Amino acid sequence: MADARKKMNRDAEPAAAAPSGRRGFLRTLWIGLGVVAAVEAVALAVAFLRPWKPKPGADAFGGVITAGPVDRFEPGSVTPFRRGQFYLVRLEDGGFLALSRKCTHLGCTVNWRADEQQFVCPCHASVFDATGGVLTAPAPRPLDTYEISIENRTIMVDTATPVRRDTSDNAQVTRV
Amino acid sequence: MPKAEHAPQRPGLIRRFIDSYGQSDREKKHSRRGSLVFHLHPPTLPERTLRLTLTWGLGGMGLVLFLLLALSGTLLLFVYEPFPGSAYISIHTLQDDVLFGRLVRNIHHWSANLLVVVALLHLLRVFFTGGFHDRRRFNWLIGLGLFGLVLAANFTGYLLPWDQLSYWAITICTGMIEYVPWLGPGLQTWVRGGAEIGPRTLLIFFTMHTALIPVLLVTAMPFHFWRVRKAGGVVAPPPPEGVAEERPPRAPSVPDLVLRELVAGLALIALVLVLAVAFNAPLAGEANPGMSPDPAKAPWYFLGLQELLFHFHPFFAVVLIPLALIAGLVLLPYLRYDTITAGTWFISETGRRTALVAAIAALAATPLAVVLDEKLLRFSVWLPGVPAVLSEGLLPAVPALLAVAGFRFWLNRRYQPTREELVQALFVLLLVVLVVLTITGIWFRGSGMALCWPWERGAVHGLTIFAGGP
Repeated sequence: MADARKKMNRDAEPAAAAPSGRRGFLRTLWIGLGVVAAVEAVALAVAFLRPWKPKPGADAFGGVITAGPVDRFEPGSVTPFRRGQFYLVRLEDGGFLALSRKCTHLGCTVNWRADEQQFVCPCHASVFDATGGVLTAPAPRPLDTYEISIENRTIMVDTATPVRRDTSDNAQVTRV
Repeated sequence: MPKAEHAPQRPGLIRRFIDSYGQSDREKKHSRRGSLVFHLHPPTLPERTLRLTLTWGLGGMGLVLFLLLALSGTLLLFVYEPFPGSAYISIHTLQDDVLFGRLVRNIHHWSANLLVVVALLHLLRVFFTGGFHDRRRFNWLIGLGLFGLVLAANFTGYLLPWDQLSYWAITICTGMIEYVPWLGPGLQTWVRGGAEIGPRTLLIFFTMHTALIPVLLVTAMPFHFWRVRKAGGVVAPPPPEGVAEERPPRAPSVPDLVLRELVAGLALIALVLVLAVAFNAPLAGEANPGMSPDPAKAPWYFLGLQELLFHFHPFFAVVLIPLALIAGLVLLPYLRYDTITAGTWFISETGRRTALVAAIAALAATPLAVVLDEKLLRFSVWLPGVPAVLSEGLLPAVPALLAVAGFRFWLNRRYQPTREELVQALFVLLLVVLVVLTITGIWFRGSGMALCWPWERGAVHGLTIFAGGP
């Protein structure tokens, strides 16, 4: 019934009736193909713009950095590595930590205050202790760390991926 | 066969070039109708819409500023080099060695900052004169999109000088992205083109700033203007009390409207030139990823957002609250209103009063809340076991929401406003809160972003109000 009425309507005013049957199928097909094409285009654009990892040069940030022999770092010292963008911390007990210099709040560079034994972020006044634990908010979590390996009593720091951590504890410290 | 010398004289080559502009004889006859002006303006328009106090010419000012930006930006492109090693040096070359280079940069800087202000004022003008109902609904959305594009253009341009101001402002702002749940870290790497801000970031921002965003703006702007014309011009005020008129009086666009536009445009250009001559665009030392300046601030139009970060958990400050505000702006024209008052500033006498009350309430409550939260409230310290999203996010959000709800309840009882007036009052409330937060971020945050008085902030950062622009 409905179809018949539609047909009559179409005869009366051809443009107003919704297409049905073959015509409707073809229209749906066109729309479908259009959507597929649009999705493809967007996916291609996203893939094209996706960041790639730059290949790190030898001993540059992003690669493995040789920090130096173990004995060069006194217990209870903090040594900044500009090239590797980290602080090498030797705790009083002799353990090592490589702390990212990026504040976990919004990414500013934290400064080491030797007299107060604290890392202080100049941007929003977050304060971290020598192991990177948060002393004062707004930083939401401890400073990220980098993996340390010790070969032939030489410290190597892998700066490829910072390790996020929710709390700062002893298990993260590398011992000689 | 002899040449037809007696035939009517045929126009020479140069004449033919000149004549080709008018296309047809018919168009030549109506040359005024065929001119470009009438694509933008109707031949005549309601006389009342000419009044300066109706629109303040803000939309047109936006267009003039855009043209200034396109012009000065094109000049800058001839000198600027979008690579970390040379970007900063090229800005110095521009300022020191290029004739009028500094002036061109200053013009670009001041036009860009003024455009943000003018675009916001234009949005407010349209809202407060009720120019977003009925046929204008969709144009409100286009306008919001344009405003977003203006902010994006300004933000991407902010990084280009590659000085300490721009580098750390972009670090902080892209740092905020990380707090978007699930998508955050991926989105951040995508925007930066890597984990850190580096050569890729600069290239991405440069391309967005000089290609993608201008193209989008140029496409969306005519659409915006065309919809105004389709709606019958700008929103018209109703006839004065007691005057019954069948058809409101009309005035010719040329010269009545066009002359006014010309005067407003020239005055604006003069203002930009004066600013550009008198105040230099800031340029700090070259970007140094190893040393954050103190304090490090976002661009001034995002300082309200940065201020929110001090009071709410990042998930609330950078995700929930901005999303709610944007959703509110988008939905404004689509709410159900009992009455629609278009063309009258602030709707009615009640509308005027409720808006004023809302502004005063926000003006009084916001600084109080900021200081209270900064000095006294330590939810995360008082509730050590509770996740920060609850203690620093939900807990401060509840009293804020209750305050707004309470204000609404009181307003309803005291003034019995219409739906339109109520929405306007709440809009004013949130607007003033945001403005106060932004002002706090600009002038009342000093070393370590601690609260302080503007005169205590130290000389170094005294002039970084509009810091770091192009």
